[in-house]
Amino acid sequence: MLLIHCPHCREDREEEEYSYSGEAHIVRPLEPEALSDEDWGDYLFFRKNPRGIHHEMWYHAVGCRRYFYATRNTLSYEILETYKVGEQPQVRAQGAVQ
Amino acid sequence: MKKYSGFSLFKNALSYHENWQNLWRSPKPKDDYDVIVVGGGGHGLATAYYLAKVHGITNVAVIEKGYLGGGNTARNTTIIRSNYLWDEAAQLYELSLKLWEGLSQELNYNVMFSQRGVLNLGHNLQDMRDIERRVNANRLNGIDGQVVTPERIKEIAPLINISKDCRYPILGASWQPRGGTARHDAVAWGYARGADALGVDLIQETEVTGIRRKNGAVVGVETTQGFIGARKVACVTAGNSGVVAAMAGLRLPVESRPLQALVSEPVKPCLDTVVMSNAVHGYISQSDKGDLVIGAGVDGYNGYGQRGSFHVIEHTLQAICELFPAFSRVRMNRQWGGVVDTCPDACPIISKTSVDGLYFNCGWGTGGFKATPGSGYVFADTVANDHPHPLAAAFNVDRFNTGALIDEHGAAGVAH
Repeated sequence: MLLIHCPHCREDREEEEYSYSGEAHIVRPLEPEALSDEDWGDYLFFRKNPRGIHHEMWYHAVGCRRYFYATRNTLSYEILETYKVGEQPQVRAQGAVQ
Repeated sequence: MKKYSGFSLFKNALSYHENWQNLWRSPKPKDDYDVIVVGGGGHGLATAYYLAKVHGITNVAVIEKGYLGGGNTARNTTIIRSNYLWDEAAQLYELSLKLWEGLSQELNYNVMFSQRGVLNLGHNLQDMRDIERRVNANRLNGIDGQVVTPERIKEIAPLINISKDCRYPILGASWQPRGGTARHDAVAWGYARGADALGVDLIQETEVTGIRRKNGAVVGVETTQGFIGARKVACVTAGNSGVVAAMAGLRLPVESRPLQALVSEPVKPCLDTVVMSNAVHGYISQSDKGDLVIGAGVDGYNGYGQRGSFHVIEHTLQAICELFPAFSRVRMNRQWGGVVDTCPDACPIISKTSVDGLYFNCGWGTGGFKATPGSGYVFADTVANDHPHPLAAAFNVDRFNTGALIDEHGAAGVAH
């Protein structure tokens, strides 16, 4: 059971309160119609899926109902930080497959 | 390879069973192979076996970082069925089911394939509509299936609760009599023994750390035992597929998550079929040893730890106890997790890549075990001919760029 710190509520809560929304920092293309099929497929389906440090998005579903980002190690499950959408991570992947 | 038979059993009994031959050799890797299969699980071993058996390519090595069949092959709930909705998926899993039906004879190794039937329960009106649609689609594809009533379900699995006074009453089910279970370890060992007898080198405790390329083509793999050359490299590495793909500078549309299962203490025979429910999310069967084998869902988030979240098990056991109130007193013995690579459309990737001579068979997600023979068969064909097998063509990785997805997710893909 993960204990996840919600940067909005500023509380450590159990993982059942949250739902996972996948890789963080994916920007929706500004001009989708200008993209090739290749690029659009990449945007929709291809994710980093690293074995190590991962920046990901979480949703505090039964709390404040707001999204935030987390930096988590997918092998040890250690959560290194959580931060608000729009902010940048303090910890970045090093040596992890990205 | 010495053949197993009643006579060999008698003969070895005379020497107190101390002189059975080893199932496979433990060779030193050669400098060069025609094909290297990365990953010694069920699918990888089946691929090597069919490469040698069907295509006569015997200069093959299987490279496994742990021991053979020690990953997800040893960590699944062994359910076999082919009642998938879409033609492409149904045909692939049906090929597999047909191979299962002759597998013990083919391998001269008892994989304990038991066609005890599979029930997929429906708990609401939409479930039942989906089940009817799926059964109709199955029958059009020549796959056995029936829609059954709660009363018939009660005949098949007498301990089940078909009362209307519960949170998720059972309204009916699909029933595939040809489905069932097999012994997971025996499948890996049988394929390994068969492949080894045909000349395939099974190299254990050797991890692939890199994929060496030259002019856009594969030339071999870097391993913890040094470089091994190969004209073709076939990767069958389940949860770590993304990591292996990155070694060749490729990306895959898979996300790795832990999937859990658990077994109870052994109890007397009480369930001689497989019962699955997508809606309440639990699936259960009883092994020949007597343990109840229970499958849970994947974790909600990416992870490479071979364990899972406790609340996922709790959720599954709530479902099992509601379906089978008698099991509420059964104690659980062991729990484990394996890392599965889930695809956005819940269908596998069996594909060539942009690197010449590099192939991937991955993305089986939560339901790869049932496909072991068929997956190995079509992947071996794809690797041998450098061209997709007709049944594998639709599972090309390009489908995520063309949009030709095979969306089994809502159809049959939740509980495998």
